[in-house]
Amino acid sequence: MDLDLANKLYHKMLLIRRFEEKCVEMYSKEKIRGFLHLYIGEEAVAVGVMHALSSEDAIFATYREHGHALARGIHPNRIMAELYGKQEGCSRGRGGSMHLFDAATRFYGGIAIVTGGLPMAIGMALSDKMMKRNKVTVCFFGEGAVAEGEFHESLNLAALWHLPILFVCENNLYAMGTALEFTQSETNISLKAASYRITSKQIDGMNVTEVAESSEEAIAQIRSGNGPVFLECLTYRFRAHSMYDAELYRQKSEVEEWKQKDPLIRLPQDWSDINIAQHEEEISHIIDEAVEFAENGTLESVDDLEKFIYSSEVAR
Amino acid sequence: MNSTITYREAVRHAIKQAMEKDQRVFLMGEDVGHYGGGYAVSMGLLEQFGSERIIDTPLSESAFTGAGIGAALGGMRPIVEIMTVNFSLLALDQIMNNAANLLHMSGGQFNVPLVIRMVTGGGKQLGAQHSHSLEGWYAHIPGLKILTPATVQDAYDMVTLALADPDPVLIFEHAMLYNNKGLLDTKVIPLSIGKAKIERLGKDITLITYGASLFKALEAAQTLSDEGIDIEVIDLRSLRPLDDETIMKSVAKTHRVMIVDEGWKSGSISAEIMARINEQAFYELDAPMGRVCTLEVPMPYAAHLEQAVLPQADKIVAMAKKIMEK
Repeated sequence: MDLDLANKLYHKMLLIRRFEEKCVEMYSKEKIRGFLHLYIGEEAVAVGVMHALSSEDAIFATYREHGHALARGIHPNRIMAELYGKQEGCSRGRGGSMHLFDAATRFYGGIAIVTGGLPMAIGMALSDKMMKRNKVTVCFFGEGAVAEGEFHESLNLAALWHLPILFVCENNLYAMGTALEFTQSETNISLKAASYRITSKQIDGMNVTEVAESSEEAIAQIRSGNGPVFLECLTYRFRAHSMYDAELYRQKSEVEEWKQKDPLIRLPQDWSDINIAQHEEEISHIIDEAVEFAENGTLESVDDLEKFIYSSEVAR
Repeated sequence: MNSTITYREAVRHAIKQAMEKDQRVFLMGEDVGHYGGGYAVSMGLLEQFGSERIIDTPLSESAFTGAGIGAALGGMRPIVEIMTVNFSLLALDQIMNNAANLLHMSGGQFNVPLVIRMVTGGGKQLGAQHSHSLEGWYAHIPGLKILTPATVQDAYDMVTLALADPDPVLIFEHAMLYNNKGLLDTKVIPLSIGKAKIERLGKDITLITYGASLFKALEAAQTLSDEGIDIEVIDLRSLRPLDDETIMKSVAKTHRVMIVDEGWKSGSISAEIMARINEQAFYELDAPMGRVCTLEVPMPYAAHLEQAVLPQADKIVAMAKKIMEK
């Protein structure tokens, strides 16, 4: 870790934070509709993990994936346009907040059924192994996924087939509004992964340095052919589950406590030379441009509505 | 190849040929390797291709079906075998939410060239949880293609067609057909996906069917022919897309319609076909359409009860006579 890298990581985390704050604003102006799941508070996880990847690696994320998409490098303009439902969006306005996709950065969603991405990530890693491509597949999911059968099926396959895959569990303590302690007999999730003989580690998901370093180690291990790794990142979402959530299930004091661990406060404590004002200014321009881009985007013709059901209808 | 073989051998031959030709093709599913396949389709393939390409999976339908989707996204041409349609319900999230939706959700970026084969149908006294015919149900879903090979030729051709398709294709192999023998000519150009085939020409009634019911329909048509009723039998081959053109053309010729479907009536593919004929060829009809479907009960075990539940040649004959009376 050096100042350059600290600046880079800080920039990405701040970009996610300010981008999503703008999303909330545009949601209340009814420019953005549907579900909007915010990643605010959890930025260190996506930013730290993405730092360790190459452009050849594949990513599967969840419905709370604006942060992952931004950290991976999908242009903020295209993400904002997607939230606006515009044709210039990264899924042409067909996906929305929960279904961001981008072939260029190998970003495979935006899978909005909890655990739905894990089996596909297994298959992607299997294809890399079969074709002897030295690539890694990274799969993000929340701790709520652990309750699904697919989680266990997928972890077993990854270990059994020795696949080049990194599982990143973003444990933010609540599956929508139900606390982990109410749903799991064993709340240490990394232990569950370890029981499948997967190298597994519980880390501080609010500390981007720790996430980046652990991810680098994990990716190195996977690339050298040593099979899957599981990182349980302890984190917290500062905002509600979605725009419809009244947050009746947690204490304000708990939220305040976690806000003290904000990764955006934490990193500059270690790197006092980070020029926050300069980042803010740069990002403010990026966000303004993204909004302008989305505002000026085109609404796809309804005549084209039935395209993209089958490949023969895709204009390539 | 131009010889008489079983339906089972035809599927196996198609998989074997595809795997010899294309390194990207592999087979995965429960018991496909060491056991040789729940219905012995993949017998011998493990020995030829090894365990990296004939992959025995744990009983994790959702994970290995999803893995098929992921591998397809990764450039492979996976064939996922789900032992029976009944177990595919455990993989329904992957099939419907992912395989069928990805191309559209991604704005055309990610197609899923995945083939899923599964056994369907009743008739083996396997009871309520092992005898479903859910192919019509799957045909409800945009983004999927639904194939129902009835003949030995189609058992072979449809594997080939499905593997060449850029999108997810589900093949429903009826359990009662595996031992059927028929002619396979690997040199003929297969009839494409979405094309129905007129298996018997006739002028009095258009009988639309698919899968194992085809043979019951042909048997009934023979009986009726002796009584002077001339049935035209259409094998749909594909339930999605449906070949409206072939259906409507035949209706315009016979002006009477019956459908034989091993699915339950309510919300079935037979209902969909009737609706389309109603929309597209209503004025061609001389009589109300009729259908013979599986009775709306869970499949019973006892042989006589099971046979009573399923469409049968005698029920088809009776329905045809009723339609002719009107």
